Amino acid sequence: MASVAHDHPEGLHHQFEDIEQQNETYLVGMWSFLVSEIMFFGALFMIYILYRWKYQPDFYLAHKSLDVMWGGVNTTILLISSFAMVMAVHAAELKKRMNVLKWLTLVQLCAVAFLFIKFTFEWPAKAHHGFVPGVNFSPDPHYLQEMGMQALNVRPAEIFFSLYFGMTGFHALHIIVGILMIGVLMKMWAKKHPLVIHDYIPTELIGLYWHFVDLVWIFLFPLFYLIPN
Amino acid sequence: MSSTVLPPYEGTRVTEEPPENYITAGHTVKSWLLTGDHKRIALLYLFSTAFFFFLGSIAAGLVRIELTRPNGVMLESETYNKMFTAHGVTMIFFFLIPAIPAIFGNFLLPIMIGARDLAFPRLNLFSWYLYMTSGVMLLIVLCLGGVDSGWTFYTPYSSMYSNSQVTLTILAAFIAGFSSISTAVNFIATVHKMRAPGMTWFRLPLFVWSHYATSVIIVLGTPVVAITLFLVVLERTFKLGIFSPELGGDPVLFQHLFWFYSHPAVYIMILPAFGVISELFAAFSRRKIFGYHFIAFSSLAIAALGFLVWGHHMFVSSQSMYQGVVFSLLSFLVAVPSAIKVFNWTATMYKGQVHMRTPFLFALGFIGLFTVGGLTGLFLSSMGTDMHLTNTYFVVAHFHYVMVGGTILGFLGALHYWWPKMFGVMYNEFWGRMSALLVFVGFNVTFLPQFVVGYMGMPRRYHYYYFAPEFQVYNILSTAGASVLAVGFALPVFYLTSSIRKGVKAGANPWGAHGLEWEIPSPPPTANFDRIPIVTDDVYDYESDARRPNIEMIESRTPEQLASTKETH
Ligand code: HEM
Ligand SMILES: [Cu+2]
Repeated sequence: MASVAHDHPEGLHHQFEDIEQQNETYLVGMWSFLVSEIMFFGALFMIYILYRWKYQPDFYLAHKSLDVMWGGVNTTILLISSFAMVMAVHAAELKKRMNVLKWLTLVQLCAVAFLFIKFTFEWPAKAHHGFVPGVNFSPDPHYLQEMGMQALNVRPAEIFFSLYFGMTGFHALHIIVGILMIGVLMKMWAKKHPLVIHDYIPTELIGLYWHFVDLVWIFLFPLFYLIPN
Repeated sequence: MSSTVLPPYEGTRVTEEPPENYITAGHTVKSWLLTGDHKRIALLYLFSTAFFFFLGSIAAGLVRIELTRPNGVMLESETYNKMFTAHGVTMIFFFLIPAIPAIFGNFLLPIMIGARDLAFPRLNLFSWYLYMTSGVMLLIVLCLGGVDSGWTFYTPYSSMYSNSQVTLTILAAFIAGFSSISTAVNFIATVHKMRAPGMTWFRLPLFVWSHYATSVIIVLGTPVVAITLFLVVLERTFKLGIFSPELGGDPVLFQHLFWFYSHPAVYIMILPAFGVISELFAAFSRRKIFGYHFIAFSSLAIAALGFLVWGHHMFVSSQSMYQGVVFSLLSFLVAVPSAIKVFNWTATMYKGQVHMRTPFLFALGFIGLFTVGGLTGLFLSSMGTDMHLTNTYFVVAHFHYVMVGGTILGFLGALHYWWPKMFGVMYNEFWGRMSALLVFVGFNVTFLPQFVVGYMGMPRRYHYYYFAPEFQVYNILSTAGASVLAVGFALPVFYLTSSIRKGVKAGANPWGAHGLEWEIPSPPPTANFDRIPIVTDDVYDYESDARRPNIEMIESRTPEQLASTKETH
């Protein structure tokens, strides 16, 4: 029923009548945002599909230069982080503050490890072999020989790597944003901020985002690292 | 819509000292620039979109002057290209897409559903800052010499060859896209979860339905064009091959992705206007809108079908014939829900008490012009005729009939209908009607000749037509009409601003209209409602209540009568 603005409890914004309404609204907002994120990545996946169709042999050859081992490690890391996020949200529901912080720390560690592997083991190696798309795109012939990739055509290979760097880069950007958001969330939990202490929804929202980012990787990994001949 | 808390017709004109409202709630610049109030953000948008409309009109004026002579008048070919691009980019991304949702949607949507604000006020303010950032970028582009790729940014010209400010323009459009997405997410969450008790989905005013459908399209479509345009920037700056054939890419892929958004984007522009027109027809015919459910669902049908017809912009771009046939068929289908709306609106007038006030004149103009625009869309969706008409002035006339005749007339109708609500004053009715008349006449004189000259073969985006001097008479007509149109658009600036100083106080419900926004004072207080209302009656419920005063009765009341009507409730 109608209530008046000034007897609002702590953590409830003025435009809402009660905390349930606020929570449900936040959830709808987050889901709408995620739908638009799906369309962002969707457009990129569409471009990927069309070019893979057009240049299937070259995509197969080009993918050999990706390191399945590191890709697999990173996939595992993200799966662990998703699990940790589930536990953190669960702990938030039970209002176990220390557990929330513990699990969120694990999420952060995973996220940082993921970026570390990507930016120190994976990307520099590609740059080293001349795979950075753009005016300087010139794959190292010795390397191509060594990997059995001599038949690779330059232009399709460049498209492959444009998509590889573009899509995994856009994904990495989401990981970085996630790290920042989870950082803020942890700080709020550490300081017993009423918004997160009284209610698990803010934690849940960030959890949703994080699962979405992990899910995108679950698609990226096979599409780039595991292309069959 | 009556509620247990507010008596239905309380205070059609406020006689005592008005209570504090959202405008008087704060006077500092900071109280405007850091506001979370949806009504204030709506006003911020009103002034900023009006500015960009002015800018876009100047560019259009220069294009029109240039075309009065077969050999041109004063612009270089290069400058001409920059002018029509500046016109298109400004009007589409900075006026037509944001205007109705960000001004009237922002202002009215929470009030119409009985809420205190949008779900995320800070996100709402943030969207305005995004809009302004991209607007400033656009101004920088213009200062640095402009951009010449057309608003469609077709590759590979935009990504490889153009020497103009393509990168910055695209980034501006990109940021403006995020501004739309923020607004759309806000609307979706608000409509889903913040409706007042009793405000069921089928009691929502059609204005709310159409904004909901618009928001869905924005959320689904804008990201696609954002990423596509971003890839153009990457190709341009780093020479990544995505769309350029020289680099192994596919330029037609760009067109697919661009139109996947930009056809739905035409519905982003028109659906909010549909919402406005529904409100106007109900209020000025004093009848429940005919076929409420059909209109509501046709908005959703448009939102869905609109995503399946993008290929009709690409009949001549190497698309296969079979693809073309399917896109053509689907385009014919998408005209059906639009037609349903038009029939329902006109049927609403039947046996209604029609009041020919300024807002309704704009609504009637809308019906005429939008119908012509929609029907000529069918000429263009038939592959055979499109072969002849594509890239001619016929297309230009078609989309101006829907975008100016539809969206801008809807915008002006909304401005005149809710102006008393937003500012608490009435404007001069005579000048309002004058403006509606001039816009209607000026518009037709400008764009009807373009159908003819386009059919005769005059290509769009050409600087000269010395090869066909017989086109000149149509172009002169068109430029003359544009001058009349400009006067029609300029008039409201004067009588509306002067109404703020000397207009008659409007009172809560100057039109005797039905709807929650008319039950709160004009201008509304910051919190909109003292208590959240409980909605007990149907939407547009005019007939069941014989006591409801109409416009003439309200206008003829003396202050004493007003005071006594107040007491009886
Ligand atoms: C009744 C439904 C409609 C149909 C069947 C339709 C059909 C078409 C077709 C086939 C074209 C492409 C012509 C060509 O390039 O050869 C076109 C262009 C266009 N239409 Fe429509 N249209 C409809 C409604 C609208 C609406 C409501 C708007 C905007 C509010 C709109 C705005 C445009 C614009 C801006 C273009 C030109 C795009 C460009 O190339 O710059 N149309 N329309
Ligand atoms: Cu279209």
